[in-house]
Amino acid sequence: MALNDLTTQGASAQFDLIIEPGRSFRHYWRDLWQCRELFYFLSWRDILVRYKQTAIGVAWGILRPLLTMIVFTVIFGYLAKLPSEGVPYPILVIAAMLPWQFFSSSLTECSNSFITNANMLTKIYFPRLIVPASAVIVNLVDFLISFVILGAFMAWYRFVPGWRVLTLPVFLGMAFLASFGLGLWLATLNVKYRDFRYVVPFIAQFGLYISPVGFSSSVVPGKWRLLYSLNPMVGVIDGFRWAILGGDLQLYWPGFLLSSALTIAIFLLAVRYFRSTERKFADII
Amino acid sequence: MGNPIITVDRLGKKYLLSHQRREPYIALRDVMVEKAKDLGRYFVRPFSNTSSPDRGTALEEFWALRDVSFEVNPGDRVGIIGRNGAGKSTLLKILSRITEPTEGRVRLRGRVASLLEVGTGFHPELTGRENIFLNGAVLGMTKAEIRKKFDEIVDFAEVEKFLDTPVKRYSSGMFVRLAFAVAAHLEPEILVVDEVLAVGDAAFQRKCLGKMEDAASQEGRTVLFVSHNMAAIQTLCRRAIWLDGGTIALNRESAAVIEAYGKDLQRGNGGSCSTTLKGLDGDIDIEGIITKDEKGNSTCVFPYGTSFTVEIRFFARRPIHRPYFWVGIRGQGGNLFAANMLLDGVRPDVIEGKGTIRCAFRKLPLFPNQSYSVVLGGRREDGISLLFKSTEVTHFFVTGSAKDIGLKGELADSLVGDSGPVFVPYAWEFTDGEWITVNSI
Repeated sequence: MALNDLTTQGASAQFDLIIEPGRSFRHYWRDLWQCRELFYFLSWRDILVRYKQTAIGVAWGILRPLLTMIVFTVIFGYLAKLPSEGVPYPILVIAAMLPWQFFSSSLTECSNSFITNANMLTKIYFPRLIVPASAVIVNLVDFLISFVILGAFMAWYRFVPGWRVLTLPVFLGMAFLASFGLGLWLATLNVKYRDFRYVVPFIAQFGLYISPVGFSSSVVPGKWRLLYSLNPMVGVIDGFRWAILGGDLQLYWPGFLLSSALTIAIFLLAVRYFRSTERKFADII
Repeated sequence: MGNPIITVDRLGKKYLLSHQRREPYIALRDVMVEKAKDLGRYFVRPFSNTSSPDRGTALEEFWALRDVSFEVNPGDRVGIIGRNGAGKSTLLKILSRITEPTEGRVRLRGRVASLLEVGTGFHPELTGRENIFLNGAVLGMTKAEIRKKFDEIVDFAEVEKFLDTPVKRYSSGMFVRLAFAVAAHLEPEILVVDEVLAVGDAAFQRKCLGKMEDAASQEGRTVLFVSHNMAAIQTLCRRAIWLDGGTIALNRESAAVIEAYGKDLQRGNGGSCSTTLKGLDGDIDIEGIITKDEKGNSTCVFPYGTSFTVEIRFFARRPIHRPYFWVGIRGQGGNLFAANMLLDGVRPDVIEGKGTIRCAFRKLPLFPNQSYSVVLGGRREDGISLLFKSTEVTHFFVTGSAKDIGLKGELADSLVGDSGPVFVPYAWEFTDGEWITVNSI
């Protein structure tokens, strides 16, 4: 018993938590760090579950972008005969398709993540930021798998990327921030207003047409280009093409910087809004 | 002992109840309509306060907890009892940081692990092994800790053979065992447990209670335990807190609190103890299980020796021929007795649509000042396939003093609460041929 007393006392010396209304926990970010294993396990769960009981499993991660790419190549490349920046049209499309697919699936799953995990939110405490973050991570894995397609097409057309391909992680980071920021915002709104359930599929569908996925953004007239860059995915996709296609393709810097600034702003605002609502989640979900 | 490990100071939690909407969340449409109304009001009466009276009619304040203060010392086991809606779960949710209080303050000097439900975070598609890791992480264990305890957990749950089977193929008994096993191997300083033992069979319940007792007595953990099962509270907890309408009615040693709670239930006519139960395949749902006294009044408090009727209100979507039902009574120490159609051979020919089945125990031979639960099970005509698994569906309390039932010993009143739960009339004879009957009810 004496020993037990010692251990409890020892523990109490280091642990002291006060719960009060309106008090956000001082150690939120430290808590988040301490929950990294939970984060890891939740992502691991979603990855495991994703293709369980499917016949072709991971191949779905390749098949979906592949089929869309073929359709886009036929429609925009062969029927509409849009310019291809001097690279094979399939590669032009796939370089945009991969980040777009990542963005749209992340956004969809991220924005529903609190609702689908509602049961956990009302039964267990943990920094809730983990839930949408792990939804994005799962799609990141899918994204990496789908890179196989890009590799295959490049080998087929004997297309060798230049040094710029090394900058790809920067643009991937942008895509991550964009989908996580917007997704987190929508997920938080979704907890309170279920209307956003219907908004998200609309954004995902609509976005495919207003982002330069099936065509190069150079077809957009110069005077509209800056306005066009208000869409955060324009910056990301242009960046991907710039890094992968190389050659004499130029990045439209004002547009890219605008896209990036907007993405970062959305992300910061989303985190702020999320943090202010997080404490009430269990009561309103 | 030094400082209390939990200090709760004038804690309160307010909810806003809306009388129109059923969902807790708000549709954006409603907000816009509200705003539009406000705007309209502003044009009609520009100088009155716009966030005004008739909005208040839609929302009503409800204090789930109010002015609750108590302290718990390290190593204490404290039971929390009270009727449905008394604030027990709200209190646990605040202590486990799931929801935030509206007023007051809680100070925790130890890590809290809360078990408000078994199997939180379990995923049906994952195997037993995968779920152990996942659930462990959800409950706050590190990977290293889970690895260290893995074998112990599997042992406790008795699921070795099925470790690599997806849990969706588990029987519900196995599922609960596995889920509880993970939780039972947590090592926090404070363990908060809601009514999670109601699932699972009696033997496993005993095992779990034993595990929690060990956690407290040998490992020095603090346990906060909510249950409707007074027997379990009495076995596990030295002290109990009785919550009533969001405030503390009594906070003392558990026997005294349970007795007072029982008396109150009796006075207040017990309130409603009805519950529902879903059938396994959707053919039948139990819409209400109601316990009734001799006069047919719904109650969950019964004096010793009176008639006790369980009324099962069912809704059978399809005709079910010659089903078997089973109504068991469970108390301190496990199953006590049952009315079982598989044994007595009395069965309805067919049940269809809405209807009731009643089962009456004519003279309830149960000790006063203890609480008991009703277990309901059902099978199809073949006697094998389940309509629903046997589940603890409701609880009741037996009242009365020792003298009422013919126990005149000096210590009788203080002992009945701990005695074996079944009390059958009997007689003594001391070589003179004269039988002294105890209890003539």
